[in-house]
Amino acid sequence: MTQNVSPPRDSTGKVPSAAEQPAWRAVLFRADVRTMSLLGVLAVLILIGGITKPDQFLDTRNLQLVLTQASVIGVVTVGMTFVIISGGIDLSVGAIVALSSVWATTVATQEFGFAGILFTAVLVGLGCGLVNGVLIAYGGMVPFIATLAMLASARGLALQITDGRTQIVTVDGVLDLGERDSYILGIPPLVLVFAAVTVIGWLLLNRTTFGRRSVAVGGNAEAARLAGIDVRRQRLYLYLLSGLCCGIAAFLLIVLAGSGQNTNGNLYELDAIAAAIIGGTLLTGGRGTIVGSVLGVLIFTTITNIFALNNLQSDVQQIAKGAIIVAAVLVQRRTASTT
Amino acid sequence: MAPEPPLLSMSGITKSFPGVRALDGVDLDVQAGEVHCLLGQNGAGKSTLIKVLAGAHQPDSGTIRWRGDDVTLRSPIAAMRLGIATIYQELDLVEHLSVAENVHLGHEPTTAGFVVRGRAARASTAELLKRLGHPEVDPARLVGDLSAAQQQIVSMARALSHDVRLIVMDEPSAALDPDEVDNLFRIVGDLTADGVAVVYISHRLEEIRRIGDRVTVLKDGRAVAGGLPAKSTPTREVVALMTGRNVEYVFPERPTAPPDGEPVLTVEGLSRRGEFAPLDLEVRPGEIVGLAGLVGSGRSEILETIYGARKPDTGRVLVDGRPLKPGSVRAAVRAGLGLAPEERKAQALLMLESVTRNVSVSSMSRFARAGWIDRGAELGAARAAVRELSLRPDNPDVPVRTLSGGNQQKAVLARWLLRGCRVLLLDEPTRGVDVGARAELYAVVRRLADEGLAVLLVSSEVPEVLGLADRVLVLREGDVVHTAPARELDEHRVLDLVMEGSPAS
Repeated sequence: MTQNVSPPRDSTGKVPSAAEQPAWRAVLFRADVRTMSLLGVLAVLILIGGITKPDQFLDTRNLQLVLTQASVIGVVTVGMTFVIISGGIDLSVGAIVALSSVWATTVATQEFGFAGILFTAVLVGLGCGLVNGVLIAYGGMVPFIATLAMLASARGLALQITDGRTQIVTVDGVLDLGERDSYILGIPPLVLVFAAVTVIGWLLLNRTTFGRRSVAVGGNAEAARLAGIDVRRQRLYLYLLSGLCCGIAAFLLIVLAGSGQNTNGNLYELDAIAAAIIGGTLLTGGRGTIVGSVLGVLIFTTITNIFALNNLQSDVQQIAKGAIIVAAVLVQRRTASTT
Repeated sequence: MAPEPPLLSMSGITKSFPGVRALDGVDLDVQAGEVHCLLGQNGAGKSTLIKVLAGAHQPDSGTIRWRGDDVTLRSPIAAMRLGIATIYQELDLVEHLSVAENVHLGHEPTTAGFVVRGRAARASTAELLKRLGHPEVDPARLVGDLSAAQQQIVSMARALSHDVRLIVMDEPSAALDPDEVDNLFRIVGDLTADGVAVVYISHRLEEIRRIGDRVTVLKDGRAVAGGLPAKSTPTREVVALMTGRNVEYVFPERPTAPPDGEPVLTVEGLSRRGEFAPLDLEVRPGEIVGLAGLVGSGRSEILETIYGARKPDTGRVLVDGRPLKPGSVRAAVRAGLGLAPEERKAQALLMLESVTRNVSVSSMSRFARAGWIDRGAELGAARAAVRELSLRPDNPDVPVRTLSGGNQQKAVLARWLLRGCRVLLLDEPTRGVDVGARAELYAVVRRLADEGLAVLLVSSEVPEVLGLADRVLVLREGDVVHTAPARELDEHRVLDLVMEGSPAS
C-alpha cells in the first residue's frame, strides 16, 4: 500500500478510511490489479474486434447483441459467484435454466400469460435451489455430488416435459420485451435486468450481513460456526439464491429465443464457473468479487462474438477460452504471491 | 582422536519469505549418535530450518555439508536418499491407507517393479513397529483409525524404513502422555546407540535435560548459541537466550476481594463418553477459573462442549440459572458465551479478512438494519474494541493474517468484547504467542475479569493456570481430582495430583 500520498479530507476535516469512502470511490480508486487487468483484457479484445471487423463489431446492433447474450449467462454467474465464495459449487445451473425455461413455456403455463411465465420460471429455479440447498446444508451431501444429481434429474425432467420439442412462446407481452421497440435509450431490457442483478449482487455481497456470512462460511466454515453463524442455513440460502438466478436467466432466455427448449443452458455451469474463476473468485471459497465475475462474462461473450464475426469455428473458440482460463489463473497466482 | 567431520554441518543458512527473513545466517553442527536439541520461541525459525534440512525449502544462501561433502538438498527425496528423515508435528500420513502402506509409501517392495508385495510390506512394518515398542499396532489397519500416539509411531517407522542416519523430530512429545514419552525416549536412546543422530525440537526444558546432548538456541532467525551442553546449562541462561532478556512470566495482581456474586456459568454433570467424566463447576462474574491437567485429559473437549460445539452425553450448562440448548453454539453465543479456541487459525479467524471483519463477525446484526450493514458504525466499534485491548497495529483495516500470534488472539478477544460476552472460554490462550506478549495478554484477561467478565481458562502450561486463575480445578483423565484457590497450589503439587500420587520431583 502506498502511504506517501496524504489522504483526502472530508468536510469535517477527518481522514476518511477506506471503508468509509463512498461506494463509487471504492469502485474507481480501490479497483485492484486484478480488476484493472480484466478491464485491460476486455479493452484489448474490443480493439481486436474493432480492427478485424471495424464495421460489424462496433455496430450498435452488434454491441446490443453481445450484451444481450452476456445477460443470460451473466445472471447465472452472479449466483454462481456467491456459491463459490461460500466454498460450494453448483453444477446444476444449466440444467435448472433448461427445466425452468421449458416448465414456464408449456401450453398450460402460457395460458396465464406474462406473469405465469415469469413466476413459473422463478419458482422452478427456487425449487431446484431449495432441493440442492437442503441436500447440501441439512443432508450433509457434498455440493459437487448433490448438484451433479440435480443436473442429471433436471435435464431429464426437462426432456420429459418437452419430449424434445421446442415450445414456441405465443404470449405477446413476453415476445415484445425482445423487440427493438422496447429498448430503453438503446439498451435492451434484458441487459437492464442483468445490470440490476449485478448491482443487487454487489450490494448483497459487500453491504449486507448475508454477504459477510457467505464469505465467512467460505473462508473458514468451522470458525464461522464457532463465531455463532448458522452455517447450514446460510448454505441453504446460497443455493436458493443460485436457483433464483437460474430462474431469472431462464426467463431472459425465453424472451431472447421466443421459446423454451430442453437443450437450453447447455454447459452454462462451466461458463459460469470459468467466468467467476477468471474474475478472481477463489474456487476454495472465502474470496471473490461480483465485478470480476461480470467482467469474466463480458470477456467470454466478446471473444465468442469476435470469433463468430471472423467466421472462426466454435472449436477454435473453445481452445481460446481454455487458454484464457489458464492464463488468468497463472496471472492471479503471480499477483497473489507478490502482494 | 582424529577430528572426524560432523555428520551434518549447516553454515550461514539464510532464507527469506516475502516480508520476513526467517533464517539469517544460521549454523548448525550435528554429530553422529548425538541428540541435538533445537530451542526457540515460535517464529524463531526452527520450522524453517528443519524444512531446509528436509529439502522442503531451498535456502537463499549458505552451505550444507553432509559427512564432509557439500550437498544440495533439492527436494525431500534428495534428503531422504542421504539418510535424513523428518517427523513433522503435523503428521504427514495418508489416513485412508493402511499402516504398512504408509510406512512404505514411495518405496514399496515390488515384484517386477510395480506389483506391490503387500505381505512383505506388512511383515517388515510389523518388525519396525516391534522395534519401536508398539507390536500391538496392526500393519493392516487404516492410519485414520489409530490414536495420535500410534500415528506418531507409524511416522517414525516410516523414517526407519529408510536407511536413516539423521532423524529430525518436531515436538514429538506434544501429543503424548507420560508413558508414551518414556517409550519415545527409549527409542531415541536405541537410535543414538546405533550411531543415528537425532535433531530434537521441544519446548519442554526438562525433556531436553533428560535426553539431550547439546542445544542450539534460535532467536529471530539467528542461532544465538550453538552446541551448549544440554545437561548442565542453567535454565535461566537458556531462557535468557531464547527471549533475549531475563523474564519470568509476569502475572497481574488478583483483586483483593474474591468475587461473590451469583455464578453466571454453571456446569452440572456434563460428560462425553471417552473424553471427560461428569464435571461440575461454577464461574462467577469477575472470576477466572482454571483447568489444569495434561494433554488428552479432555480440557479442550470440555470447553467445546460447554460452548455447544460438541453435544454432551449427560449433564447441562446453565447461564444465569437458565439451561442452554445442548449442542447449539448459537444458543451459547446468544446467552453470552464466547470461545477463544486453541487452534486460532483453524477455528476462530477468517484469515483472508480484515481485523474489523474478524472482530465484528459475531455482532453483525448490531450494525445492521434489515441485513444492511452500517459500515461506519461497524468500523467505529471495531476500532474501539481494538484500542481497548491495545491491539497492534491499531488500524483495524489490515488483514488479520499479518498480525502476530498475540495480536491475533487479541482480535479474537475483541470479537467477544464487542459482542458483550459475559463468559469467556479461553483454550490455551498463549499458544503461539511470544513470551514477551504473554504478560500483556494476561493483563488484558485480568482487566476484563475485573470489569465483570467470567473466565474459564484451560492451559497445558501449569504456571499459566496458577498465575492467572483465581481458582483451579485439577483434572486427571477427565476427572476433577482437586479444586483449590490458585494461591494455595504450586506447580509441583499440581503435577503430583495429575500424576496420581507419584512424588513430584
